[in-house]
Amino acid sequence: MVVDVNRYVCGYCGACVSVCPVDALELVETWLEVHECCTECGACVRVCPVGALEVRA
Amino acid sequence: MSESYDVVVVGAGPAGSIAARAAAREGARVLLIEKRQTIGDPVRCAEGIAKEAVHRHIDPDPRWIAAEVEGFRIVSPDGTPLEMRGVSSGEVGYVLERKLFDRALASDAVQHGVDVRVKTRAVGLLRSDGAVRGVVMEHLGERHEVEAGVVIGADGIESKVGRWAGIDTRLALKDIDVCAQMLVHDPSIDQSICQFYLGNEVAPGGYAWIFPKGNECANVGLGMLGSRSNGGLPMQRLRRFVSERLPKANILEVMVGGVPVSEPMHGIVADGLMLVGDAAHQSSALTGGGIANAMDAGAIAGRVAAAAIADEDTSRERLSEYEREWFELKGKSLKRDWVVKERLVKLTDEQLNGFMHSLQGVEFREMHVHEILVHLLKRNPKLLWWLKDLL
Repeated sequence: MVVDVNRYVCGYCGACVSVCPVDALELVETWLEVHECCTECGACVRVCPVGALEVRA
Repeated sequence: MSESYDVVVVGAGPAGSIAARAAAREGARVLLIEKRQTIGDPVRCAEGIAKEAVHRHIDPDPRWIAAEVEGFRIVSPDGTPLEMRGVSSGEVGYVLERKLFDRALASDAVQHGVDVRVKTRAVGLLRSDGAVRGVVMEHLGERHEVEAGVVIGADGIESKVGRWAGIDTRLALKDIDVCAQMLVHDPSIDQSICQFYLGNEVAPGGYAWIFPKGNECANVGLGMLGSRSNGGLPMQRLRRFVSERLPKANILEVMVGGVPVSEPMHGIVADGLMLVGDAAHQSSALTGGGIANAMDAGAIAGRVAAAAIADEDTSRERLSEYEREWFELKGKSLKRDWVVKERLVKLTDEQLNGFMHSLQGVEFREMHVHEILVHLLKRNPKLLWWLKDLL
């Protein structure tokens, strides 16, 4: 898992899911799942309205 | 043991519930599933809609109408307002209480014979010979397979159903508006109109809005293009907007979300599968409004699905009738809204101010994008090259 989700910040809106090019994200109620196929492209980080996501350095 | 329905609808928002009801009305056995525990909550919507768009699908009910508005005001980057009140267009708009509206639509579907299951998440599709034949779903940790003649994906901006069926529903960064919204209490807010604030300082490539919700409350939000945003920027800009313009407001709720603002999406059906609503990028790229389009598309999709099942032909070709009808109904306006949006997002604040100044004193007869474009052209003949293919 190479995208960190700050679960105290996430507003579980699903914007990140819609821009993920490899389908690595899934929103289940308030829980954002990040799958292994993440390529660290950072699209989800860009669109997060609250800044809850970060590509791990 | 596997279950079987004629139609399984994934997602109980307005698109899904209307699609489910439409199919049931035509005699189909329909299952509507919703992954959340509660239909309609949390909200990801500014909740504004034209009255006539609601009336097409359901009788108005004060329980889910938060406010009625008689017009709107667009405010240019330099603060110049353009106000339209009391002109026709179906007596203008409602601001809904989506938590109750979505539940009312689902209840209405149930009254038409639809089975509903909440906290039930689609985790995959059943396939045979390349065609979609049902949905694998999970409820309270248990997996079920439900066969279906047609699966309707109404699973919103995070649509998985389309992707599983080989339809690319992903959004490019330039094709999504990322939004933050607060429900605020502030007695100073004008409860009679919806307000829109333009400008690259306020919301690059988008706008901020104040939609009244009754009881001295309002949805105050903003959306900006994903390509011009950065992690957290919508919420930062919204906090600034609220503290500058409504410094005494109390914040009762915080919401975030994304809206598709892409070119109208084609190829929204496959063998045994249809997509509706945000899953099919059916919101207006210009206004971000999506509830009316979602319901209109859902009504067509549900009816076509039931007819296809009655004909025992759920092939892509047969289901394409939905896509053709949808584009006949809304293709032109969706395309126009997208083209206008693509041009608007390139304007500087000075250009936006110039256009807004040129509209001062105009008497609008209809509250409609087309009407605004016509007047823009009359006042700015040099714009002909910019607008001519849109009218």
